[in-house]
Amino acid sequence: MSTDALALPGTELASRPLVSKLHDWVATVDHKKLGILYIIYALVFLLIAGVEAMIIRIQLIRPHNDFISPQVFNRMFTMHGTTMIFFVVMPVLFGFANYLIPLMIGARDMAFPRLNAFSFWMTAFGGLLLYFSLVGANGLYGAGNAPDVGWFAYAPLTSQTFSIGHSTDFWILALLVSGFGSIGTAINIVATILCMRCPGMTLAKMPLFAWLNLIMAGLVILAVSPLTAAQIMLLIDRYLGGHFFDTQAGGSAVIWMHFFWIFGHPEVYVLVLPAFAFVSEVIPVFSRKPIFGYSVMVAATVAIGFISMSVWAHHMFTVGMGANVNTFFVISTMAIAVPTGIKIFNWLATMWGGKIEFKTPMLFCTAFLFQFLAAGLTGVMLSVAPFTWQLGNSYFVVAHFHYVIVGGILFALFGAFYYWFPKMSGKMYSETLGKLHFWVFIVGFHLTFDFMHIPGLLGMPRRIYTYEPGRGWDTWNFIVTIGVFFQAVGILVFLGNLIWSYLRGKAAGSDPWDAWTLEWSTNSPPPAYNFASRPVVKSRRPLWDLKHPADPDWNYE
Amino acid sequence: MGANSRTEGSNLRLRGSISGCAVGLPIFVCFGGAALAFADPTQPSSPTNIFAPASSPAKSIFGLSLFVLAVTGAIFLVVFALLLYSVVSFRKKRNDDGREPPQVYGSNQVELAWTVIPVLIVVALFMATARVIALVQKTSPPGNAIAVTAIGHQFWWEYRYPDLGVVTANELHLPVSDPAYPTPTFITLLSADTDHSFWVPRLGGKTDLIPNHPNTMWIDPQATGVYFGQCAQYCGTQHAKMLLRVYVQTKDEFNQWILQQRQPAFANDAVSQGQRTFETTACINCHTVSGTVANGRFGPDLTHLMSRDTIAAGAAPNTPQNLRLWIRNPDAIKPGSLMPAMQLSDQQLDALTAYLETLR
Repeated sequence: MSTDALALPGTELASRPLVSKLHDWVATVDHKKLGILYIIYALVFLLIAGVEAMIIRIQLIRPHNDFISPQVFNRMFTMHGTTMIFFVVMPVLFGFANYLIPLMIGARDMAFPRLNAFSFWMTAFGGLLLYFSLVGANGLYGAGNAPDVGWFAYAPLTSQTFSIGHSTDFWILALLVSGFGSIGTAINIVATILCMRCPGMTLAKMPLFAWLNLIMAGLVILAVSPLTAAQIMLLIDRYLGGHFFDTQAGGSAVIWMHFFWIFGHPEVYVLVLPAFAFVSEVIPVFSRKPIFGYSVMVAATVAIGFISMSVWAHHMFTVGMGANVNTFFVISTMAIAVPTGIKIFNWLATMWGGKIEFKTPMLFCTAFLFQFLAAGLTGVMLSVAPFTWQLGNSYFVVAHFHYVIVGGILFALFGAFYYWFPKMSGKMYSETLGKLHFWVFIVGFHLTFDFMHIPGLLGMPRRIYTYEPGRGWDTWNFIVTIGVFFQAVGILVFLGNLIWSYLRGKAAGSDPWDAWTLEWSTNSPPPAYNFASRPVVKSRRPLWDLKHPADPDWNYE
Repeated sequence: MGANSRTEGSNLRLRGSISGCAVGLPIFVCFGGAALAFADPTQPSSPTNIFAPASSPAKSIFGLSLFVLAVTGAIFLVVFALLLYSVVSFRKKRNDDGREPPQVYGSNQVELAWTVIPVLIVVALFMATARVIALVQKTSPPGNAIAVTAIGHQFWWEYRYPDLGVVTANELHLPVSDPAYPTPTFITLLSADTDHSFWVPRLGGKTDLIPNHPNTMWIDPQATGVYFGQCAQYCGTQHAKMLLRVYVQTKDEFNQWILQQRQPAFANDAVSQGQRTFETTACINCHTVSGTVANGRFGPDLTHLMSRDTIAAGAAPNTPQNLRLWIRNPDAIKPGSLMPAMQLSDQQLDALTAYLETLR
């Protein structure tokens, strides 16, 4: 049956000059265009940070390699980490949230469209500022260098004494500026979800996607603020004679760690909750069942949101906080495994008894489940403080958080790309290339990040530009580096698929997955006003009700 | 017809399990490989293997880690199997009737079960962990403990034995501790500049050296030998070559080493030219040679340089050639180290190296 009832037919403008079209993109306040800008911006930085990762891994392929100097290596891991977190994963997740939330809750735009545009451009300029350090960090003579203080920039390495020149300033300003953008977007997401839902959509009838992004946005407001404050304090230290983190004048290096990680740990959940959101939409549709235990999923999300604010110092088990403080952060960190586990079980139960169709989005989400399970369990190991006394700052930790961010978040994100690409572009992607991307990338992922745990267990610390032979690390590092090339090929197939499908793909239609949430009720791509008439919903799956008028969901919820 | 569809079904199952295994297998291979690498703790494949502990704190952590690995491994296997089963069993069949499967919205009993069981597991893990934290962190030094102060510098280690009057660098010497009558070493950890971290995996977990934030840790190495480690907190350009060596000796050897380290440097006329070069250039701003005018503290104490196996914090073996190269061009061994190239003539270099060779 047709589900196009809520959209008007073709309202595309006639062809206009390119400059005029580009002006539309720069001046736009449309949530869909801003969402796509966020996504494209993140993909560009993904390529840059990916190349940085490859350089790091080539240097580490064998002991005493001299592919790059220690100075360059230190800049590479600093830029890789900073770029991936702040200018790839956060923007791409904001992009999907921006694009999808108004469509899913039946709204015509975000609550504050101009704040939305402002936030995007702040984030965009933040990223440009970070990379401008390559040109301008030592004065405006093109004699710049990237920052080399590590992505968590521990004091006092960032003080004027140990970090001369301006590269650290560019790092500070980039995060400060993009931080304002993140907070603006977060406020916008909260306001949109709380105020802009269509008639009938109570909080308990929102798609899980909206719930997870609501909690994510709340965490952004709580977590990015202390980071922004810390960046300002660091600037005061560097230029106005402050001594917050200046240990040579009695400042505290440990205070910086607290400021950074009270941002840094909730940040992990800022990144992973949207990934949960993608999975919570894709798995039900491809299993042909509603999400199992909706209210428990919401409760678990809220619990994760609260608990995640009280676990930050598990990044600091080795800084000498004393037995009692360590013990507190052990129990709070272990506690967060419970709601996270509940989520995995609920996704499993959603698949149970379904009719699963392994299209590309579902393949990625299935791999997410397996890999996030493993990543969560190494997280439980690391919550055991004594284990972290051994493994903290080792390659085991590097493997663990890449398992979360690549094996978990990036896989869910790829699933999201394939799932919503037909909606955003109006074209269907190539299933063959999608599956090729999946298999090449998963081989690379496991070669790299499974084997990366082992040198950590054998005592290899992170952030070393070279290592001694005879430590038993050589073979593992070789395998890890080989895997990176598979991942690079996978990424190229992915980008090729997006571009080819956009230009040559078949028309997708408004509802190619036979899905149940409101974004599939309007055209692909949706018109500027999203819905011709405001939708009215009576259950969590409005399109199920439309497609099964004899057996609607609201009888069971 | 029925037989036909059954065959088709089993084919589908096979394909499902292949894709499941492709995700799961590498994880098993990884842990299998790890198990092989750690099979024999007495002959570790790696001198920095955390699963070959040789000191009480490292052994307590090892015991706890086995428990944690067993628990998390069991959870992994159970959930992995359930996931694999659902991926294989609930695939859409090729001859599907096109009808939607039964719509199930949830079950409070099931939710309760998979909330309570993880809570119980967490409680068990927490209690085991809290015990080891108290055991390691709440131990106070016994009367016969050795006191050492370790000071982190960019990019080397300074060791001071305040009760024994010894100062040395990069290579820590300790007496072996008999488990029946332990003589543990309590290390006070300080930093002269940025953050560092003291990590010798076989002896114990790491503890950070943070300026303005003194830390302590203790170890009681129970077998003689050399233990390796390195700085585990990013501290600047040469973080990678801030290596650690701990020489665990018998009590007699250790006492002999202490006696020898207490001696001042003795003057040797044969190398007076090199000594003059040393004492009239910038060397003495950073280095100490006790009994002479050299009393700098920015770089390692050189009074007994020749008693050490390595130079540049373990970056190179302590040979005359390496020593000469290190003075001429430190970047050749450790680019970015804070030791400046001294711009000496070949003749001065030879004399200076000859002088340093006498600092035994």
